[in-house]
Amino acid sequence: MAAQTSTEYIQHHLQNLVLGFHPENGLGIAHSAAEARAMGFWAIHLDTMLWSMGLGALFLWVFRKAAIKATSGVPTPFLNFIEWVIEFIDDNVRGTFTGKNDLVAPIALTLFVWILLMNTMDLVPVDWIPHLAYLLGVPYMKIVATTDPNATFGMSLAVFALTIYYSIKVKGAKGFFGELAFQPFPKFLFPINLFLEGISLLSKPVSLSLRLFGNLYAGEMIFILIALLYSGGFWWGLMGGALQWGWAVFHLLIVTLQAFIFMILTIVYLDMAHSHH
Amino acid sequence: MNINLTLIGQSIAFAVFVWFCLKYIWPPILTALEARRTRIADGLAAAERGLRAKEEAQVQIDEDLEAAKTQAREIIANAQRRADEIVEEAKSDARVEGDKLLDAAKAEIDQQIHQAREALRGEVVSLALSGAEQVLMREVDATAHDEALGKLAAQL
Repeated sequence: MAAQTSTEYIQHHLQNLVLGFHPENGLGIAHSAAEARAMGFWAIHLDTMLWSMGLGALFLWVFRKAAIKATSGVPTPFLNFIEWVIEFIDDNVRGTFTGKNDLVAPIALTLFVWILLMNTMDLVPVDWIPHLAYLLGVPYMKIVATTDPNATFGMSLAVFALTIYYSIKVKGAKGFFGELAFQPFPKFLFPINLFLEGISLLSKPVSLSLRLFGNLYAGEMIFILIALLYSGGFWWGLMGGALQWGWAVFHLLIVTLQAFIFMILTIVYLDMAHSHH
Repeated sequence: MNINLTLIGQSIAFAVFVWFCLKYIWPPILTALEARRTRIADGLAAAERGLRAKEEAQVQIDEDLEAAKTQAREIIANAQRRADEIVEEAKSDARVEGDKLLDAAKAEIDQQIHQAREALRGEVVSLALSGAEQVLMREVDATAHDEALGKLAAQL
């Protein structure tokens, strides 16, 4: 990593660890951005999958532990904290979701805690884990899964699929189509209606995932740019340290807020799928 | 930053997490919370009931205490009255008894006076007889003058 230009440094930090079939090299890990691109769709980001599933498993493990220990008696501090999180989610779901569906609250809980954990990885200094991986012979390592649009789109498309499923289940195929085609203008203008409502429907998953991705990607980028200061000598490094601390404090807000927004909007979309116009 | 298989992997991972959460995390914790809410509500209600019962008991205690005091006062008053009666009775009994004893003593005194008088009478008769014998220097026939002597003795 010594003889790198700033551009190479940044590009290195923004490259995922890709496993896939290269047209020439066969199955393997991509060692450059060009190789990764050549692998096309049938490749997988090992780092994104590893960190997201690892953090998801951590979330499930911690909450499962609480679920096993949960009693109606006096809670331990750990249990109290978990219950506090659960009640926070439950309050939000009750306040926003008007229908009756037992799946919504677990979805909200999973999304909030999982995204929060994935976002929090952004606060780990940008070079620690990638450099450690590099020393172990792994060429790339992006530890913030939510800076990978695959992760955010993966979640938002799952939410979108649920929205469509419940829209059809609650309103029927005809009702759902009617909602798309027969408003806001009179019925005979249905192509315009369909166009407008179709865009509004499709914009939901796109905006949902791009909002999260964009915020975290930009935040990560600023951390990388700040990290560049460390190579500029003592005074630049000192300033970089101060900036990194300041940005991390500000980023705590973004980390939490984006997780919360993703959760709330998911509840809102599912609520819209359940309610008749 | 390419879109690839990771997208589908993430969706599947998300679905599995949600399923696990729905099955093994959400229900037990919420059940526990609900149970605790019920327990706390029950506890508060029980405390409320206890407090009310205590207040009622206090009222009951006050009433009982008042009744007991009244009863005690009555008993004391009765006892006082009874004691007065007993003292009065004793006094009147003593008076009657005293009168009786006095009467008996008077009767005895009268009797003894009577006896003493009879004895004196007899002695006076014999003295009078011996006096008369000496005066007459002869024996007086007691039987012949018994009647006259009896009359004389009765006059003493």
